[in-house]
Amino acid sequence: MIKETAAALGAKIAAGEITSVQATQAHLDRISEVDGRVHAFLHVDPEGALRAAAAIDARIANGEQLGPLAGVPIAVKDVIATKGMPTTAGSKILEGWRPPYDATLTTRLREAGLVILGKTNMDEFAMGSSTEYSAYGPTYNPWDLTRIPGGSGGGSAAALAAYEAPLSIGTDTGGSIRQPGAVTGTVGAKPTYGGTSRYGLIAFSSSLDTPGPCARTVEDTALLHSVIAGHDPMDSTSIPQPVPDVVGAARRGAAGDLSGVRIGLVREFTGEGAEPGVMSVFRDAVESLTKLGAEIVEISCPHFLYALPAYYLIAPSECSSNLARFDGVRFGLRVGDDGSRSLEEVMSVTREAGFGPEVKRRIIVGTYALSSGYYDAYYGQAQKVRTLITRDFTAAFEQVDVIVSPTTPFVAFPLGSRTSDPYQMYLADLYTIPTNLYGGPAISVPCGLSEGLPVGLQIMAPTMADDRMYRVGAAVESVVGTLTPPAL
Amino acid sequence: MLSFDDVVARFEPVIGLETHVELGTRTKMFCGCPTMFGAEPNTQICPVCLGLPGSLPVANRAAIEATIRIGLALNCTIATWCRFARKNYFYPDMPKNFQISQYDEPLCVDGYLDVEVDGVTHRIGIERVHLEEDTGKTLHVGGATGRIHGATESLVDYNRAGIPLVEIVTKPVPGTGALAPAVAKAYVTELRDVIRTLGVSDVRMEQGSLRCDVNTSLNRPGGDWGTRTETKNVNSLRSVERAVRSEMIRQGNVLETGGTIIQETRHFHEDTGDTTPGRSKETATDYRYFPEPDLVPLAPDAEWVASLKAALPELPRVHRQRLQQDWGLSDLDMQSILNAGAVELIEQTVAAGASPEAARKWWLGELSRRANESGVELASIGATPAQVAQLQALVDAGKLTDKLARQVLEGVLAGEGDPAAIMAARGLEVVSDTGALTSAIDEAIAAHPDVAEKIRGGNHAAAGVLIGAVMKATRGQADAKTVRELVLQRLS
Ligand SMILES: [Zn+2]
Repeated sequence: MIKETAAALGAKIAAGEITSVQATQAHLDRISEVDGRVHAFLHVDPEGALRAAAAIDARIANGEQLGPLAGVPIAVKDVIATKGMPTTAGSKILEGWRPPYDATLTTRLREAGLVILGKTNMDEFAMGSSTEYSAYGPTYNPWDLTRIPGGSGGGSAAALAAYEAPLSIGTDTGGSIRQPGAVTGTVGAKPTYGGTSRYGLIAFSSSLDTPGPCARTVEDTALLHSVIAGHDPMDSTSIPQPVPDVVGAARRGAAGDLSGVRIGLVREFTGEGAEPGVMSVFRDAVESLTKLGAEIVEISCPHFLYALPAYYLIAPSECSSNLARFDGVRFGLRVGDDGSRSLEEVMSVTREAGFGPEVKRRIIVGTYALSSGYYDAYYGQAQKVRTLITRDFTAAFEQVDVIVSPTTPFVAFPLGSRTSDPYQMYLADLYTIPTNLYGGPAISVPCGLSEGLPVGLQIMAPTMADDRMYRVGAAVESVVGTLTPPAL
Repeated sequence: MLSFDDVVARFEPVIGLETHVELGTRTKMFCGCPTMFGAEPNTQICPVCLGLPGSLPVANRAAIEATIRIGLALNCTIATWCRFARKNYFYPDMPKNFQISQYDEPLCVDGYLDVEVDGVTHRIGIERVHLEEDTGKTLHVGGATGRIHGATESLVDYNRAGIPLVEIVTKPVPGTGALAPAVAKAYVTELRDVIRTLGVSDVRMEQGSLRCDVNTSLNRPGGDWGTRTETKNVNSLRSVERAVRSEMIRQGNVLETGGTIIQETRHFHEDTGDTTPGRSKETATDYRYFPEPDLVPLAPDAEWVASLKAALPELPRVHRQRLQQDWGLSDLDMQSILNAGAVELIEQTVAAGASPEAARKWWLGELSRRANESGVELASIGATPAQVAQLQALVDAGKLTDKLARQVLEGVLAGEGDPAAIMAARGLEVVSDTGALTSAIDEAIAAHPDVAEKIRGGNHAAAGVLIGAVMKATRGQADAKTVRELVLQRLS
């Protein structure tokens, strides 16, 4: 049962062939069996999940017509607020914190009848590309337990690859959904910024953070996308427009016909710094798209080269402000409140103890970049680059319908191999970051193996044209198929 | 030691005012929490105004509208596009450790407010009007000073956190000379009246819904402007005036003895009227402003702004001009009403039925005198316009003489109730019962036969003795004129 797609599970539950409790129990059993080795979860909630599943079963038994994913279990990245359930963002500073409220996204999951199994591991505050910066220990890639599962949403991707959950929720600030998807052979979509609500998502970089769906198939990803997307009055950056028909697009694409679709290849993504194996698999995938009728067009996006440095100013700047609230006064960890220290000292000692090294690095960089006298040279300049990158995209989408690239320059790397050099770690997001700066949607779908490890193909689309990437993604999937990791 | 007069003889002041106004919107700036004043601590809070992880702000349209109306009333240009900004600094009563404010893109810019001092109009330039959120309130327990240093415990109430706050900043105001303190007070008064007229805030300084920081600097005539200080904790209109005055005297003495003024924040002390140094600006925080990424830009459309402008109420200055006409007052009379802060009081007294003359007589006369004596604002003296109108009605009806009316007023100020009730309770009504008067007069005549004889002889001036005796017998509650008429009638 655990290898079923979410669509199939949902259909069987709706038809009464299996119950949600059975499906939930099967996944809870799988978690018990393998998560000691994978460590995809920070928190598992068997009682809550089974209770929710039983409630769904009762409604179905009552003849209620529920959505296509009702009763299907799901894993949620630990950066999304879940009422009464621990929500730590992978940080010691939030250890034991149970939000008194649900994120909009959580509410939508519950309303659609999805069963929340638990919370998945992540780099602390979503800062990282390997999940090694989790304060609670790393997650291991089910394809090879000595390798990283990507990050920051390594837990959400690994849970899928390890068949611990058929669906999961991630968040993508610079590639945190897509890069883990790529290196675990699963599908991960970053919707248009503002297409999914951020209310209840613990902010890393407000202007970039985008929650999105993860699954093992494109259709499942689209089904989950349509559950969580749509305008939310609680998030003023949420777009008040109808959600594109991503499920319909995925089903159309699965038929394998891409005639008339113009696909852009970015000239500036030369493959320099990328593994040859990754580039080779990528080129094969592009070749197969032409066989489905797509037209390949080379486009130029000259400012993509500056995306990485711009991102590493904007994101830390926003994070330095967003993370200021973690001071031990109202919630979470409080250290040193023994009467010997002043209030400011307690706040300071708490932050010193509660944040990990990568978070501190980014807070310091961001604080510096926003400082008076440096603002224009750093934050201001980065915002200008962002505008230029947006123009590159706008111009490109006049020539092509979607743009493709490898999702990440390298396959899953061994644990510990890049933590000593932040820049090497940051390179993992080389291809994913431009989309975040632009705000458009992008998806990573498996497109083959290099040295026995999964390679992802990234498909980028114009803002609010999320359906396009699902159509192309499903077409890729129809050629490549889903990738099956070795048995754990 | 230079006196104030010495200082203004040697230096020219430049003042500037930053005023914060808490808007009276039903809900907070970025969430749906109520804004009621005086609720139990931490009962008007939610994930948003507590800054819980994951929460997001959504701007309150009513607050934006109120700010635009304030801007329009202050003759400002309304931005067609602007953004909120984050002001970053750590303080426990700021839930997010940043305040959502506006920085280089305020909602309203470049306006003015005309204020009058002693019949002369001063045009105060308005630099900007912007919208931000208020902070919570911290109570430091256990320290000697009530300040954060030395406290053993800090208690925070977040009910106020997120209440919409409008900041109104003037341009520097030079050239007011010795009138600087009065101009500062007149500006805050006028601003308060404008905002009250707009109905967007209750603008009560004592409750903190109107707060004022006063900037002051001095320069030698013809010289460059001096270093300014910012005086905080100025909590009443009177304090605005006192704060400017005391800071001018302090700065003047520092400069005169060769010292330099440090750019700093100073605290005004209501009891002594002095200012003492607070945080020095050199060590002030770098607020690291940047555009608030959680909020979309504000872009008030021109039509909306035009409709708000068209719907502005009659503003106090225009209103006063109309009242002056209606009441038939000279500029000087109107100015004295203005100086006494009595315009509204008189207006309401007239609305309650008194004549403008009578209303003016009470508020500028007896009531102003008593307010001065006890050092309170006229408006908070303890008599309402309705009570004053009732008092006057009793005089007009002949039930009270002026003298009795003043006694009744004493009772009103002592909180004994309305004039009619006090008159009855204290037995102060004019004795108009002619029977009672006649017997009192008879007794007086009997007691002073010699005087009666003189009057009969045509010496009417002698009647005073008998009138005095009658007044004494009626404990002053008779109308002296009536008594005189009755005495003369009886002895003619
Ligand atoms: Zn609230």
